Amino acid sequence: MKQTTLIYKLIMALTGLFLCFFLIIHLLGNLQLLSPPELAREQFNWYSHLLSGNIVIKIISYVLYLSIIAHAVYALIITRVNAKAKGSKYVYDNRSEVSSWNSRNMGILGTIILIFLIIHFKDYWYIYKFGNLPLDADGNKNLYTIVITSFQQAWYVILYELSFIALGFHLLHGFFSAARTLGLYHRRYAQAIRIVGWIYSLAITLGFMLIPIYIYFNLNS
Amino acid sequence: MKLKLKIWRQENREAKGNIISYDVEGISEHMSFLEMLDLLNERLIKQGERVIEFDHDCREGICGACGMMINGRAHGPLSGTTTCQLHMRSFKDGETVYIEPFRAAAFPVLRDLKIDRSAFDHIIQSGGYVSASTGQAPESNSILIPHNITEAAFDAAACIGCGACVATCKNSSAALFTSAKISHLVLLPQGKTESADRVIQMVNQMDEEGFGHCSNTDACEVECPQEISTLHIGRMNYEYNKALLLRK
Amino acid sequence: MIDAKIPAGNLADKWSNYKDRSKLINPANRKKLDIIVVGTGLAGSSCAASLAEQGYNVKTFCFQDSARRAHSVAAQGGVNAAKNYKNDGDSVYRMFYDTIKGGDFRSREANVYRLAECSLALIDQAVAQGVPFAREYAGYLSNRSFGGVQVSRTFYARGQTGQQLLIGAYQALMRQESLGKVKTYTRHEMLDLVLVDGKAKGIIARNLETGEIERHAANAVVLATGGYGKVYYLSTLAMGCNTSAIWRAHKKGALMSGVSWIQFHPTCLPQIGETQSKLTLMSESLRNDGRIWVPKKAGDERVPNEIPEEERDYYLERRYPTFGNLSPRDISSRAAKERIDAGCGLGPMKNAVCLDFSKALKEQGRDKIEEKYGNLFRMYEKINGIDAYKEPMLISPAAHFTMGGLWVDYELMTSIPGLFALGEANFSDHGANRLGANSLLQSCVDGYFIAPYTIPNYLSAELKAEKVTIDHPAFSESEQMIREQLDRFMNVQGHLSADHFHKTLGKLLYDKCGLSRTRESLEQAIIEIKALKKSFDHELKITGDQQVNSELEKAGRVADFLELGILMCYDALQREESCGAHFREEFQTADGEAVRNDEDFCYVSAWEWKGEDQPPELHKEPLVFETVELTVRSYK
Repeated sequence: MKQTTLIYKLIMALTGLFLCFFLIIHLLGNLQLLSPPELAREQFNWYSHLLSGNIVIKIISYVLYLSIIAHAVYALIITRVNAKAKGSKYVYDNRSEVSSWNSRNMGILGTIILIFLIIHFKDYWYIYKFGNLPLDADGNKNLYTIVITSFQQAWYVILYELSFIALGFHLLHGFFSAARTLGLYHRRYAQAIRIVGWIYSLAITLGFMLIPIYIYFNLNS
Repeated sequence: MKLKLKIWRQENREAKGNIISYDVEGISEHMSFLEMLDLLNERLIKQGERVIEFDHDCREGICGACGMMINGRAHGPLSGTTTCQLHMRSFKDGETVYIEPFRAAAFPVLRDLKIDRSAFDHIIQSGGYVSASTGQAPESNSILIPHNITEAAFDAAACIGCGACVATCKNSSAALFTSAKISHLVLLPQGKTESADRVIQMVNQMDEEGFGHCSNTDACEVECPQEISTLHIGRMNYEYNKALLLRK
Repeated sequence: MIDAKIPAGNLADKWSNYKDRSKLINPANRKKLDIIVVGTGLAGSSCAASLAEQGYNVKTFCFQDSARRAHSVAAQGGVNAAKNYKNDGDSVYRMFYDTIKGGDFRSREANVYRLAECSLALIDQAVAQGVPFAREYAGYLSNRSFGGVQVSRTFYARGQTGQQLLIGAYQALMRQESLGKVKTYTRHEMLDLVLVDGKAKGIIARNLETGEIERHAANAVVLATGGYGKVYYLSTLAMGCNTSAIWRAHKKGALMSGVSWIQFHPTCLPQIGETQSKLTLMSESLRNDGRIWVPKKAGDERVPNEIPEEERDYYLERRYPTFGNLSPRDISSRAAKERIDAGCGLGPMKNAVCLDFSKALKEQGRDKIEEKYGNLFRMYEKINGIDAYKEPMLISPAAHFTMGGLWVDYELMTSIPGLFALGEANFSDHGANRLGANSLLQSCVDGYFIAPYTIPNYLSAELKAEKVTIDHPAFSESEQMIREQLDRFMNVQGHLSADHFHKTLGKLLYDKCGLSRTRESLEQAIIEIKALKKSFDHELKITGDQQVNSELEKAGRVADFLELGILMCYDALQREESCGAHFREEFQTADGEAVRNDEDFCYVSAWEWKGEDQPPELHKEPLVFETVELTVRSYK
């Protein structure tokens, strides 16, 4: 059977939902940064170490990399198909009146998130994996200090906050859209998923947004 | 009242079109939008110019022939209304109104505002039916269908095939049209037996015709004259995924 | 005298007798036979699909951009069938009787009985196709009642029954197209019928996109092109509805019957302005709960809600106490016209009556009314900007259904061998007045259950006949004539649009050959239409080219309407009685009821075209009533 648009959409939905799930784990880890500094350092570094050692975690991390790549690549493929489907442009286009901005601009939001991810990977993941990090008291790599230091810079905090806003809008549509692509059609449950999507997006976004601000204002030396 | 119309004129499929301006006077608020165009055409004939070609037939919102982008909205500013049921009381005196054909790669323009929507017929041909030949039918009350199921099937079957869903979609997706037919038939016991093949074939055909992906923006539901719900798209996806997993 | 070829036997056995004896064609031979079906409404789609299912090669033609848009789609109310699911005394015989009586005893017993008989299978067929008819909570089919009968036998799918039935037939057609048995030609208009040795062997069609003139040959031609009520310009019909296919067949020799029998639907939205193009129908089902009234006093300037109860005249309840607001269409329309003419009409043009739901709203509650008629109330508000839950609707009669059409025999074959006419395009089953919800029924029954038996009966002889191809001189002759006609339209270069002539003709017919006619008005009309036709020939103006050109399409249709209009008047003039929709003011009782004349007019008038400027020639098919007794049709 040939590949169809719906299969592309399924890939987008499944990878997207996996990334949604990962965001929860990531946020839970990051929330440790809100503990008192000494405890936070110990816990956060231990947690980072845990995520890099375990074989199960390793598999999950490969799934994660794959998901990010597939999500981006298929987004590109879909965008190309859609561009071809569109035909000529409307001279006067007011279609924006009937749908939400974020649902129409998932591509732009996604691109912002992707750029952010590259910076994010470069600054933390790459340094953690391949850089020479000092060790903390327990012998774990001291990622904590790197994080705290980076969030001392206002521009860096602003960059993060903006990216999280983009993420929030992306999630708001993406979560519900993925559920529909998977085949949710029952009126009541579709409504429930919309509400869950709202709560989830809000929690993730605010949670991630809180941390840099907290660090910037409370741990500035 | 008086309007400034900016109308898309295009000679044929291959030609490049452009917007031409017309000032129209003597419009009454009771006129339907199409009657307003009749008025303009009458004037064009007097002036010896070629009339504006547009599709229209029943003028009561059910045949699905009419359809144009009016001020950048499919079927004009009202939701859930066909172009023929749009009345001039929805416009202000002196307003500028842009009129364009529904646009999508799968809906080529034939002339002016007339488009070719045969892609929809092809989608139905690919499986949008119950294979019940004349003479095969059992006694109608031997198939019991609960009230709410019939009503739900009707909601989906009410589609008039106008193409507003495609026109308003940022990706020119035919998901609402296709899913409405899939939903209509899968809800009813008569249509269930063929459901797996039907959904796969119809979705494939939808792609083949050159329609885009559904991004779930729900714009189609707003513009659909029959207010067909995007939940049907969810059902189409469900049926499709089920068929992928379970079809032999 | 013409022969309808009605089979022998008891009324109830005639159709079975016919089927048992009709000629069959071996499945292997069926694929050697080609059939052209013009029109893809209910009759055309269902017939094309059913014949393709049997194995014939079918080509369908429609002027719309998709078969699904044919005007059957707009039928709202429902479809009748004698299922007797309500246990309220219905039967095939009773349905037959209601229809014969509803048609004022001007239709054939055998045809009408067959219609009622086949109604049972139609509901089964539609349900099997997935038509979502309304159901009770337990899952059984639901029914409602319609004008002119006292049982509930109407099956419905909200207010969109025609749409749902058509989609069922359209889907069956699309299925056959995917199987390669049907080829659909959309945006094609039939412009001529081609005869070879007196038999229908093909058509000339114009591709409405490219302007190409195409020839198509076949072993039989089926016309299912609907009614010509659009002759009145303002009507409930679609803008594209026309008489061209049947009129051009008529000019090739097919007889036309009941030409002036045109039903005016009593519940339509009134005309409110000169530029109006359409009178939208509001389903007759509204009359189940709506009460019709006008002010007692003529020239009452108050708005409906200000007129107190005691000053309202519920004229249908007053004149026809048994059937009241559910009186048949012709009677209700005429009663409305009578009150409007008496100066009691309401609305800006004083041309409307009230359809009032206040009593039903009080008794049943808004929810119940909304469930039954919600879409109609919404439609009313869309068009008029008025909330009908608060104020009565204003309605008015409008031209709607043509009982007349091509004369056909029992096999639905016209007087031209090999040319069949189905659905509203033929005259056969409704007599002088059609009952509500019988139109969908007739087109479906013709297409699904009758033509698929009678056409093979004709085709069996075709197997041996020599195959006609499009190279036959008859095709080039026809094509030449059509090209000349189109060039003529383009070259007149007068100063008036086709619509101008159409509107003028419509107004003229409304006044002189409409809800009521007189000898004087008809004679006058003939003179005026002839003058209008002259003016059309010299003053028409068409701009643009011969590719996509809606004005050129209109011109051809209007030219045919003009000629048809003349025949309508001849038909109405010749019939010196009042029956059904045909109301000659000279023939009425003191209290304004129609006076039928069975002594002199108990026949079908079948008109033959004798050429331009020649009056048509009348042929008669006597109506023989073996089963029912002719009575005065009273709904009092």
